[in-house]
This record gives sequence, structure tokens and C-alpha cells, in this order.
Amino acid sequence: MPKPGLRMNLLEVRHLKVHFPVRRGRFHRVTGHIKAVDDVSFGLLAGETLGVVGESGCGKTSLGRAVVRLLKPTVGQVVFEGEDLAAMGGAALRSRRRQFQMIFQDPQGSLDPRMTVEDIVGEALDLHRLAPDGRARRARIEALLQAVGLRPEHARRYPHEFSGGQRQRIGIARALAVEPKLVVCDEPVSALDVSVQAQIVNLLRDLQDDRKLAYLFIAHDLAVVEHLSRRILVMYLGRVVETGEARSLVRMPKHPYTQALVAAVPVLDPESNRRRSLLPGEMPSPLSPPVGCSFHPRCPMAEARCRTEPPALREITPGHRVACHLA
Amino acid sequence: MPLLEIKDLTVEFKAGGETTRAVDGVTLSVSAGEAVCLAGESGCGKTVTALSVTRLVPTPPAHYPTGQILLDGREVLRLSRRELRQIRGGVVGYVFQEPAGALNPVRRVGDQIRESVRWHRPEAATEAEVIRLLRLVGISGPEVRARDYPHALSGGMQQRVMIAMAIAARPNLLVADEPTTALDVTLQAQILDLLRELKRQFRMSLLLITHHLGVVREIADRVAVMYVGQIVELGPARELLQRPLHPYTRALKAAVPRLGAGAPRLTSIPGTVLGQGAGDPGCRFRSRCAWARADCAMRAPELAEVEPGRLVRCPYWNQPPPEWNAEARAAYESP
Repeated sequence: MPKPGLRMNLLEVRHLKVHFPVRRGRFHRVTGHIKAVDDVSFGLLAGETLGVVGESGCGKTSLGRAVVRLLKPTVGQVVFEGEDLAAMGGAALRSRRRQFQMIFQDPQGSLDPRMTVEDIVGEALDLHRLAPDGRARRARIEALLQAVGLRPEHARRYPHEFSGGQRQRIGIARALAVEPKLVVCDEPVSALDVSVQAQIVNLLRDLQDDRKLAYLFIAHDLAVVEHLSRRILVMYLGRVVETGEARSLVRMPKHPYTQALVAAVPVLDPESNRRRSLLPGEMPSPLSPPVGCSFHPRCPMAEARCRTEPPALREITPGHRVACHLA
Repeated sequence: MPLLEIKDLTVEFKAGGETTRAVDGVTLSVSAGEAVCLAGESGCGKTVTALSVTRLVPTPPAHYPTGQILLDGREVLRLSRRELRQIRGGVVGYVFQEPAGALNPVRRVGDQIRESVRWHRPEAATEAEVIRLLRLVGISGPEVRARDYPHALSGGMQQRVMIAMAIAARPNLLVADEPTTALDVTLQAQILDLLRELKRQFRMSLLLITHHLGVVREIADRVAVMYVGQIVELGPARELLQRPLHPYTRALKAAVPRLGAGAPRLTSIPGTVLGQGAGDPGCRFRSRCAWARADCAMRAPELAEVEPGRLVRCPYWNQPPPEWNAEARAAYESP
């Protein structure tokens, strides 16, 4: 039960784990597990944005997919409006799908090239029986296209007739067709040019204000994430290494990995004297994660304790949690 | 004399009776030991320009109606196939965006590097040279790694192998097409550092293609900003980034999200890139430009030197935008 006076979370993820079995040899025996998501917990209020940042292989995409149940979590709970989606299946899950949608990175790959925009957006309406007749369907599609900045005549066209930014708008219209409360955005702007990226980021913002959407915004670009998010979750090798309010996390990162991510963002201002600090090496294979703190082989500050003892995610100031022995 | 001189280069593609002009009158030079960036968004012609340096664009469908490319004193557009083979990889090395697609998946990386050496320096094609190159690009345990297949390496390591192959023949010019775009941020910094070091150590020239102004700031001496086939602004990288003059460059800079700014909205450039319609003499950026006035549809702006070393293709660069909408204001006042 929520505490009195506190708003209840729209989404609450508790101790979520997504493990993939690794099969080897002639009989495809399971020889190990990749812990793509390893004990991640967070809450998300209605109308709020939580940014998830990390490099390739950190588990951010698996996390997003597990939340919208495109993947079945191995362990843990995904509580959406008080119901645990992780334990649900079949018709029960299908009837809830309207509430949470996803926007993908590659608008080219996520739109069927043989369907018109009208079909793509309308399919979602049909599946959830949201348009009683053809006229209502057309009117809704037109309103959706307008909301994402496309023109009504675009409804008859095919995905290949659009630019990358426009295709992403189609993907957004499809996600919004069923009036979801939560949208998981998986790198929605990283394939786009800078000028178009800004358009889509602003569009996502406006839609959130109009429709009180909650976003789980997954991206590798810390600057974009900061622009959209109230809070940020930083992931490394399947685990949360730091989480907190967006501005303070970006201005005063506490975990050495977050510090490196902040330092790695290129600065345009030629007067800035900030030296890009180089983080040595690369993220280790998730098949054999390092013992102790998983970041210690790359960490400039690692001590003996970091090599043996995994750090717990501790609250260091209200709302700001860090998984580092030295923070 | 500069190492590379591109003069009034135009590249057209013919397909289905239609001609598309991908590069339109580009003039650019790269001196020995200099790093020049071609910056711009998808479809602006930056890659075609860079591939043309050794005529890597297949002809047909491409052809070169006008222009001249002088590389180390040789006229590239007049060279024979045999001569082209000598300069490809020999004088000019290439690094591409997707290392996974550029490496042969069924050959060990050591063998692939050795083949690059054999083409241009057959006497040096030894195991020892391969290991030296791998070490030079910062791969630890090169003896072991040389026997790996590309799939066993991470994206960052594959990109290092690509760079090792590109510098195998000790080229004078390294052309890198979005070399860091496919990599994670912490690896991007490592690869840029490596390129900078190679440039310093061997006095190698760099022609770097990027859509990312942050990369420009990290590595370039000079930068040419392209829009729909033309250079719209050219100048020293530091000055250009600090004080962009062309409306497009200004808008592009304002559109980059800044870390820690916490600004509620990003400044976007309205509309999308439009190709130049046939018979349209006007400025190509005018439909998206906050500075645009009726005049801009009438005649083509010239690329003019407005300050020493700074070229701008806009007659109104030193005037405030006529319409003070939010985008114009942000672009004009961009810090």
C-alpha cells in the first residue's frame, strides 16, 4: 500500500532480473547465463520521465523490453497500476497492453514497408477495438498525424516516402494511437540528424505535457536524456550504478562511471578547458563479469575492497543513490 | 602546396533519366599535417566528396561534370585504374563508420592487416610488422589478437584494426568517415585520441567526415560545413564553433543539446532538408532559415571570404534575422 500523502507510482519495477541462458556444444546444454538486467528497481510516476543511460551491452534495452513485456523477466516484479505484469500472460496481459507502448530506435525497421501510414496507425486501433466505424477511424488517424506534426495526406503514403525524422513521427503516432499511460522510448533519436533530433525531442516533450504520458527514456546520449528526464538511472553491466535527480546527477556525478560518461560528452565551446578524461578499456563481457565491483577494472580509483566486494546501491543524499564503496 | 586540393568539384548521379547533383562546386584543400572536417547532416554530400578523393564513387552511376582533384600533385580525375590502385590505400587511407561491415568476417585480422601492407610495401609484409601496427593503434596482446576473427573483437577494437589497416601503407592522408559514430561515448574519446596521436606522430593529414560538431571541436584545425551539396561555411574550427556566421551553422550549433544546461526546450531547425529543384536559383537553406527574405529565392548566394580565413555563403550573415521567432533568437544569440 502506498504511504498516505505520497502519489502512487504508475510503474514500479522491483528486483527485476533478465537472464539469458547461454547454450554450448552438441546438445545445446546451458553452460552459463548472461545477466542482462541484474536486480534493478525503480519507480515512475504518471506524467514523469525517467532516463536510462548506459553504453551498449549495459542492459538498458533488455530492461525496456522487460517493462513492456516483450521479454519475460526471469525474476522480479513489474507492477503497473498495482498489477504485476511479470506474472501475467495470455489474454490478461493482452488487455493491459494498451496502457504501455514502445517507440523504437530504427524507424525504418520498425515500420512495415508494405503498409500505408493509415494502416500502420490504424492497426493499433483495430487490435484494441478503439474505432467503432470507418469514419471514426479516419478521424482518429488524422488527429494523431496532426498531433505528431504530419499532414492528413500523409496517411496514404508508405514508410519509404518519408525522411528518418518523419518515420519516427509515424512510430510515435502508432504508439499513441491506443492512448497509453506509459511509453518506453528506446533510443528514439539516436539515428536522426541533430536538427531533426531536436524536433523529435521537443515533440516528445509537448506530447507529454498534453497527454500526461510517462516516459521510460532509454538512450546513450546523456545530454539528450538530461533534457527530457526528471530523474536518471545509470546502468553498467546490468546493474544500476547511480540514480538521482537529473540535474544534480549530471552536475555532480558521484559514481566514477557516471563521471566518465559526463566527461566523455563532447563540448562545443572552444573556450571550455574541460579535458576529456579517457576511460581505459571497454565494458567486459557480461558472460564473465568481474568479481567485486563490476566497474573496478576500468575505475581510476579502485581499491583492494573493490576487487572483492560488490558495492550496494546506497542513498547518499535524499533521492540520490550510488553503488560505489568510495562515494 | 597543399597535399590535397579539391577545386570546384561537382558529382552527379544518373538514375532512371534523372540527374541528382550530390556535390556542387566544392573547393577545399588539406595541407600536410592538417586536420580538416567536413561537417553536415545526412545527404549533404560530405561522404561523396571524401570518396571522390580517390574516385571511390563508382562511375556510372556517378560522373564528374566539372572539377579537379589534385592529390600530391597528381590529377586524380585523370588517373588510370592502375595508378588509382596505387594511391588508394597507398597515399590515402580510409576508415569507415561501420568496422564490422568493412572487415572480412572469415579471415583473421592479422592476415587482413598483412594484406594491406603487402599491397603497398611488399617487403614489409611480415608478422612482426602486423604486430607493430596493432600495438601502434593501442591493441593490447597483439600477438594473440592478430589470430582473432573480427567477430571476436568489440566494436572499438574492430575500429582500431581498421585504422591499423588504413595506416599500413603509411599514407599521407587519412580519410575517416564518421569513425566514431557507431561507438559508445567512452570509446569515441579513445579513438579520437588515437587519430590525434597518429596525426602528430607521422604528420599525417586528416580529412574527417562527421555530423557531430563535438567531434569537430575535438580534432579539427579547419572545418567546412556542407548543406545540400555545397559548402556554406568554411573556417578555422575554433573560431567557427565559437562564432558561427552562416544561419545554418548557427542553427546547427543551437540544436545540439548541452549537458547541464537543463534548458526546457531544444532549439530545432524547422522543416527538413530539401533537394534543390531544377531551375531554382535561390539559396538552398532559405525554407528553413530565420534570416531568409524575399531576395533569397532570386539568386544563388556566393561563398565569400568575409573575414580573413572565414568563408560564408550568405549575404546577410552580419545582419540580425528579420523575424524574431524563438528559433531565430536562439540561433542568433547562441553562446
